Amino acid sequence: MKVWFCILLLLPGFLCAGEWSGYVEGQGRYFLQDPLDSDQPDHALSLAVQPEYFQRWDNDKQSLLFIPFARWDSEDDERSHADIRELIWTYAGNGWESRVGVGKVFWGVTEALHLVDIINQTDLVENPDGEQKLGQPMLKLSLERDWGILDFYLLAGFRERTFPGEDGRLRTHPRVDTDLAGYESDREERHLDLAIRWSHFIGDWDIGLSHFNGTSRDPLFMPLSNGAGEVVLAPFYELMRQTGLDLQATKGDWLWKLEAIHRSADSGSYNAATGGFEYTLVGIGESAMDLGLLAEYLYDDRQDAATTPFENDLFLAFRLTANDVDGSELLAGIIKDLDSSAALFNLETSRRIGNLWKVSAQARLWFNVPEDDPLYPFRQDDYVEISLSRFF
Amino acid sequence: MKPIVLSLLLILMPLLAQAITPEERGLEIAQEIERRDTGFHDFKAAMTMLLKNKHGEESLRDMRNQTLEVENDGDKTLVIFDEPRDVKGTALLSFSHKTGDDDQWLYLPALKRVKRIASRNKSGPFMGSEFAYEDISSQEVEKYTYKFIEESSYEGKASFLLERYPVDPNSGYTRQQVWVDQAQFIPLKIKYYDRKNTLLKTLVFRGYQQYLDQYWRADQMYMENHQTGKSTLLSWEKYNFRSGLSDGDFNKNSLKRAR
Repeated sequence: MKVWFCILLLLPGFLCAGEWSGYVEGQGRYFLQDPLDSDQPDHALSLAVQPEYFQRWDNDKQSLLFIPFARWDSEDDERSHADIRELIWTYAGNGWESRVGVGKVFWGVTEALHLVDIINQTDLVENPDGEQKLGQPMLKLSLERDWGILDFYLLAGFRERTFPGEDGRLRTHPRVDTDLAGYESDREERHLDLAIRWSHFIGDWDIGLSHFNGTSRDPLFMPLSNGAGEVVLAPFYELMRQTGLDLQATKGDWLWKLEAIHRSADSGSYNAATGGFEYTLVGIGESAMDLGLLAEYLYDDRQDAATTPFENDLFLAFRLTANDVDGSELLAGIIKDLDSSAALFNLETSRRIGNLWKVSAQARLWFNVPEDDPLYPFRQDDYVEISLSRFF
Repeated sequence: MKPIVLSLLLILMPLLAQAITPEERGLEIAQEIERRDTGFHDFKAAMTMLLKNKHGEESLRDMRNQTLEVENDGDKTLVIFDEPRDVKGTALLSFSHKTGDDDQWLYLPALKRVKRIASRNKSGPFMGSEFAYEDISSQEVEKYTYKFIEESSYEGKASFLLERYPVDPNSGYTRQQVWVDQAQFIPLKIKYYDRKNTLLKTLVFRGYQQYLDQYWRADQMYMENHQTGKSTLLSWEKYNFRSGLSDGDFNKNSLKRAR
């Protein structure tokens, strides 16, 4: 009787004793310089909410996770947006796992750039660092064996990258008009993408090998005139293949990291790699604090023709972990272009306030960006961001 | 012949016993502790940490622990965090080893990222508490050398007082004094001495209960830091031994599934 009751309720899925959690966040951004376009604001306020519903049954073999997300931004209509980050059903068998729904996947080991990570589209309006992702519809099968974990992905339904609107900062000039998005595939956003990944660890070494065949998450841009006669950039999504390697050696207080990819598409093929280390000084000055020193080299063999700004760059940073009750953390670093005077400074810090609140801050500054650098449009967009989150 | 050998043995027995060095006796006790705690296979339990600073301000940590016994090596452990809320869903997978560094992976649910982390840092605070990772990780005989100090009593219970010295040079301690219950071979109290050999912390085990008619677990572990005035009360609840966990529950996929 109870079983039938549960099955009935599982179809809608939302009533059988699951748990809700999540957060609400208030955020303020202040831009330090005058905008390139007088329509752009010098500050913005926004409010975001991300509830989470989770339920498991069948001796924890099956679970359902639902994470919707929404943000309202005081200035930028494009940044006011909503998304289903995750809505996924998981079945964990004995030595295998399947997932069906909208999900999120991360691959990789390096800190400055995530070359290998390719399943989810970037939610760029959230943060220019590209670490926020849109939910990806998928069917995943995973085999867990002595020789590692083998994942197969069938990705149905392409997500277009989000871009700041006309009234947003941190955008290109002219702006990107997402209404004019074009595809190489005749099936456009309905093209089926495939991916496979093997990952394993042997002693101190963690390794991942992956291959992706489908629509590129990174668009090319074509200047076009839109219906209103305004010159805009239209994103164009090519088909491509990418093979990736991620490798980490964990040797005492040293983490050695490498990510490398080969990508080929109609527009050409290229290789790129990011590699370096994170060394942790434990308990500095007889305190409980740890100091991590990070260095990574970023390479792209397209050189100046690279569509990313990091073709021959050095990332240097430190990470301070207080190991205190409030979980205080600070990560500060620069990415320096070795071919020009350009540099990007980045700071992220956060701490808890009690058990339910968290305050975090970010700062991003661009220095001496030359005209031919992909970061040139952001040269006037140095900003400081403060967020206060309440968890429930 | 036989009676002579026997009587000789009987005469020599006390001498043989005397010939055991304090180091050997300490090791024997440690081995007996481990022998009696072997064979549980696996358990699940809920952990709560109540952190208190010297001004009496409190902070709470809620976790779930899943442990799998590994023959001839350290245990495999999965710890899932529920509180504080900002780290809810974060999970730590550890493969501990009798010698050398443990293997540890941290799962960060916001990014869906599994990070292999440097496990050499054993002496740092666990979740801002007064417990270091080395205090709560799998206690293997090989992780220390031992010395029997004396037969003593702790809260009216006959106990052995041992000293043990961490083998790992990255340990935060020079030595630990352990009071071991003589009847059950379970630790009752541990005093931790820092790298300068100054008394740093005292851990007291309270409310021991026996599971599966063999395995003793304390309901509460109270750690007091004498140098900072801070304390952490670690409470264990909902112990479930032989819950059906297997190797497949301790890999990177299960780490991501944990929640």
